[in-house]
Amino acid sequence: MSDIASKVTKIIVEKLGVEESEVTTEASFTNDLGADSLDTVELIMEFEKEFNVSIPDDQAENIQTVGQAVAYLEENSK
Amino acid sequence: MELKRVVVTGMGALTPIGNTVEEYWNGLKNGVSGANPITHFDPTEFKTQFACELKGFEVTDFIPRQDARKMDLFSQYGVVIATEAVEDSGLDLEKVNKDKIGVIWGSGIGGLKTFEEEVLNLADNNLVPKFNPFFIPKMIADSASGHISMKFGFRGPNYVTVSACASANNAIIDAFNYIRLGRMIACVTGGSEAAVTRAGVGGFNALRALSTRNDDYKTASRPYDKDRDGFVLGEGGGGLILEEYEHAKARGAKIYCELVGGGISSDAYHITAPHPEGVGAYLSMEDALDDAKMKPEDIDYINTHGTSTGLGDPQEIKAIQNLFKEHTYNMSISSTKSMTGHLLGGAGAVESVAAVLAIQHQTVPPTINLFNVDEEIDQKIDLTPNKAKERKINTVLSNCFGFGGHNATLIFKKMEE
Repeated sequence: MSDIASKVTKIIVEKLGVEESEVTTEASFTNDLGADSLDTVELIMEFEKEFNVSIPDDQAENIQTVGQAVAYLEENSK
Repeated sequence: MELKRVVVTGMGALTPIGNTVEEYWNGLKNGVSGANPITHFDPTEFKTQFACELKGFEVTDFIPRQDARKMDLFSQYGVVIATEAVEDSGLDLEKVNKDKIGVIWGSGIGGLKTFEEEVLNLADNNLVPKFNPFFIPKMIADSASGHISMKFGFRGPNYVTVSACASANNAIIDAFNYIRLGRMIACVTGGSEAAVTRAGVGGFNALRALSTRNDDYKTASRPYDKDRDGFVLGEGGGGLILEEYEHAKARGAKIYCELVGGGISSDAYHITAPHPEGVGAYLSMEDALDDAKMKPEDIDYINTHGTSTGLGDPQEIKAIQNLFKEHTYNMSISSTKSMTGHLLGGAGAVESVAAVLAIQHQTVPPTINLFNVDEEIDQKIDLTPNKAKERKINTVLSNCFGFGGHNATLIFKKMEE
């Protein structure tokens, strides 16, 4: 697992109270990990803070799964 | 229309002197002080460096961490208290009509810690807004009753009353009224507060409302004592299950006592100071007696608001003497805030639990730290100094007064068929 992927996993485990094994690349925040819309907003904010990026709302809407988050952050984080 | 009777069938408590109703009663009857040096934050820079905090409370013993972190402390306390009360009531959640059960809670301030943390983050972030999406739902005072309803699926009336330190009594009166009118069969009611924060302590310090007896904090909350110097901030709360009498009887519920009256008034005088002659306090107690169809002579014990402030304590006693006249000397009077500290919006709730327990155990909890009764107060009044007192208690009147001039009074009565 990349450094970014492991940090993303850690944030998701912390915020959503799920097991690390559930946080797979394909896992959807809302469908698989029990997040509601507010949880998802909070996750995006945590990613922004952790990786020192600003994720515009229209981009954030496309981040629905763990894999999408990791891919976005690998591309955009400094 | 004939009003229905309302009884208490369950209780919960989370207080600085006990984390359950049983522990709370042990603390009350033994005259335990709940004061401690502040642990919630570093109080070095504060005039007051102690409070009555909860002891050994771990929210994750009751609520999963990922749910708890979406609640401010006062809501967490509310859910924990409500859980004890609902379990104590023996209500069968599979069978009971949950659409007719409400949650009416009280909180004077709401999520102060959440507000503080978010504003500090804003400052740290050079005023660039990065608010947590849970900021508002954690902070707003009504989130406590919302969380309680979600935990149990109670779909009846649901809101939080805000009248400062009278909040919980207002909540209980509202619950009482809806049940009397037949609009609910039962209600989870009470209140909770979690204001032992920098803003809470600093704000009340600025009002000169808090005791600063840092060198002897255990005796700082001393209602009616001549050397009292302000109230001691407490946290936690209490809860009651109020239930329509016939419903409780039909299911064979354990009935602690009856709630027979609720009185409400306003001082219309000053935003923080009580009326010096206790005009509002008098009206509230009179209103409660009228509501209960009782005479002053019917009251055995008054659990006073008695916060240990210079102005507040004597005005309440004046109001009691004006209303109860000679009967004042027959009653027992005490302020349990001497032990719990002042739970603000939760005060009426923990004191209601104390009132019900006093009837159950036929014992008046004491006013501790009463060394020398203030000369302004009639020395012949039994303020239950320092030791609990066994006596006949059929009825208890419990007062709460809040900044803003809000007054609310409850009367509980031993159960009679």
